[in-house]
Amino acid sequence: MIAYILRSLAQGALVLLAVAFIAFSMFRFVGDPVANMVGQEATLQDRQELRERLGLERPFPVQFAIFVGNAVQGDFGVSYRQARPVSALMVERLPATLELAILSALFATVIGVGFGVYAAIRRDGFLANVVMTVSLVGVSLPTFLIGIGLIYVFAVELRWLPSFGRGETVRIGWWTTGLLTESGLKSLVLPVLTLGFFQLTLIMRLVRSEMLEVMRADFIRFARARGIPERTIEFRHALRNTLIPVVTIAGLQLGSIIAFAIVTETVFQWPGLGSLFVQAVQFADVPVMAAYLVFVAFVFVVVNLLVDLTYVLLDPRLRGGKALAK
Amino acid sequence: MSDPVLSVRDLRVEFHTRRGVLKAIDGVSFDIGKGEVLGVVGESGAGKSVTGSAVIGLIDPPGRIAGGEILLSGQRVDNLPPEEMRKVRGKRIGMIFQDPLTSLNPLYKISEQLIETITTHTDLSPTQARRRAVDLLAEVGIPAPEKRIDSYPHEFSGGMRQRVVIALALCAEPELIIADEPTTALDVSVQAQIITLLKRLGREHGTAIMLVTHDMGVIAETADRVAVMYAGRIAEIGPVHDVVQNPLHPYAEGLMGAIPTLAGEDARLVQIPGSMPRLNRIPPGCAFNPRCGYRFGRCTVDRPDPLPWRGHRVACHLYDAASGPHFLGEGKTLAAAKKPEEAA
Ligand SMILES: Nc1ncnc2c1ncn2[C@@H]1O[C@H](COP(=O)(O)OP(=O)(O)OP(=O)(O)O)[C@@H](O)[C@H]1O
Ligand SMILES: [Mg+2]
Repeated sequence: MIAYILRSLAQGALVLLAVAFIAFSMFRFVGDPVANMVGQEATLQDRQELRERLGLERPFPVQFAIFVGNAVQGDFGVSYRQARPVSALMVERLPATLELAILSALFATVIGVGFGVYAAIRRDGFLANVVMTVSLVGVSLPTFLIGIGLIYVFAVELRWLPSFGRGETVRIGWWTTGLLTESGLKSLVLPVLTLGFFQLTLIMRLVRSEMLEVMRADFIRFARARGIPERTIEFRHALRNTLIPVVTIAGLQLGSIIAFAIVTETVFQWPGLGSLFVQAVQFADVPVMAAYLVFVAFVFVVVNLLVDLTYVLLDPRLRGGKALAK
Repeated sequence: MSDPVLSVRDLRVEFHTRRGVLKAIDGVSFDIGKGEVLGVVGESGAGKSVTGSAVIGLIDPPGRIAGGEILLSGQRVDNLPPEEMRKVRGKRIGMIFQDPLTSLNPLYKISEQLIETITTHTDLSPTQARRRAVDLLAEVGIPAPEKRIDSYPHEFSGGMRQRVVIALALCAEPELIIADEPTTALDVSVQAQIITLLKRLGREHGTAIMLVTHDMGVIAETADRVAVMYAGRIAEIGPVHDVVQNPLHPYAEGLMGAIPTLAGEDARLVQIPGSMPRLNRIPPGCAFNPRCGYRFGRCTVDRPDPLPWRGHRVACHLYDAASGPHFLGEGKTLAAAKKPEEAA
């Protein structure tokens, strides 16, 4: 058990290191950082001084070690474009993205599992078929189209919901939240639907097929032969067995919600990390891009770790150890 | 005499598939009395499992009972509403499947699965149910049951798991246990223990047992009577020693011939030529006729019905007085019907 967690941790650290390496390499290959920082009229000597101050004259491995050391402390240098520390920019944008992503993940998981179970239990029902058909749309339509469609219907035609921005936000310490004001909540609806829809349909289809599979298992047949009521069989015996494989895939999907947020944030002009990244790409603002890459990788690693732990909670076969003897 | 525990009368089960209606069970009748063990044998696909599923009301779709009656201690159970039938399952009929490794839910402790079954069928409180569960585990021979009860299925060996499965089937003291190849998936050394356990439990509780197996040795040792199934029908049913030693039906003879005898003095292994027809290819007349060494004209035309014959019931024209010269007559055995070229 402990070994299992340690192994997951070590794997995570390795992944992060690899991503950090890629992020760091960008400094070398995407533009010249010095040219980005100084103006046209800087002298050669100015440039040389800056190179030395930035440590660009040192050997590559040393530079990388320094980069990692700083990154661990949350220091990703200074944005070329805004001349402010990258970490400050990220912290400013983080709440918008996290609120959007977490709400989308909740929406996708709760509705996805619920509909998936329903579609499996009422396999031939009318509503189940409708749900399955709609989910096909979700799987095949690109996110930005869904977003634009939603904006057209609910913002342009019906005028129920705003089409861009976060609305009014409330400051709690360094965190800004849109959850406490009406306009903030209204602004969340369309981006959350847009960002969560793809994951929702994916989770739903996955839950449905896994559940149908589990319902064919021998132990379900045996539970029926023991006279256990059908509801108990579905929700106690089948659902938990269904969730084990679902947790892995759904968990990874939820990690990618952060990555997918780039598109949604662009469509809705959402002031989060995704749009920060898009701007950074436009201006070749390498420190911001690098920080964003490392951040996304970090989220993936954390989600992965949580998935592994959930796995252990759900499946006693992985806990092992104590009663296995004799 | 009181009603038999299980009485199956002219049972018919059909599977409605795209390739047409398959008659998986085509007119099967048998009784099992209190404390009696009925062995059910026959080639793969003969309909043994489907018969068991029909009795417990769990035929897989697209199958359905197309005719006949199933009576449990005199009460019809084949036409009960689903919720009533659910209450019969596990309470009055216990079921044991082939593979103990997959019969238990891997995610719940066996205590949870036992208590769940007990509280479903009795008024016991969870605490009382737990005590009963411990007693049951002790009864099926699990050592240190108070400790082992809180283990997960994967913490038991195959044989121990099958004991847990049997304990689960016994939770509500059922009148009937259907055991569908309960030892096939187990080590040979464990098989005998499980069979002995089943036999003992059946005797002590007066439970009727329907024991499906491919193992003729198990049948010979355990069953009181044996039913030989072929292509959805019962070819022969009778007291176990008679059927094993003097089978009447040519198919039963072939099947018994395939048992190696321990003594070895008569150890020829007779294989029945050919294989059982698929359900959509059953020939007219007797389903066994293409493989039968005793076939005569009538066999390819008339389907034989099981008729009483010296304490057995056998579905073969050789034992039907209406077969004229081919009728074996009182006191004669199959040997008397050998074909001329074989007898020579
Ligand atoms: N779900 C199903 N759909 C269609 N046909 C089925 C289905 N289940 C069983 N059958 C048919 O019913 C017949 C009897 O099957 P059954 O499982 O009872 O055989 P069995 O005697 O138990 O064989 P085995 O020794 O292999 O367990 C088979 O020929 C099979 O084709
Ligand atoms: Mg079978």
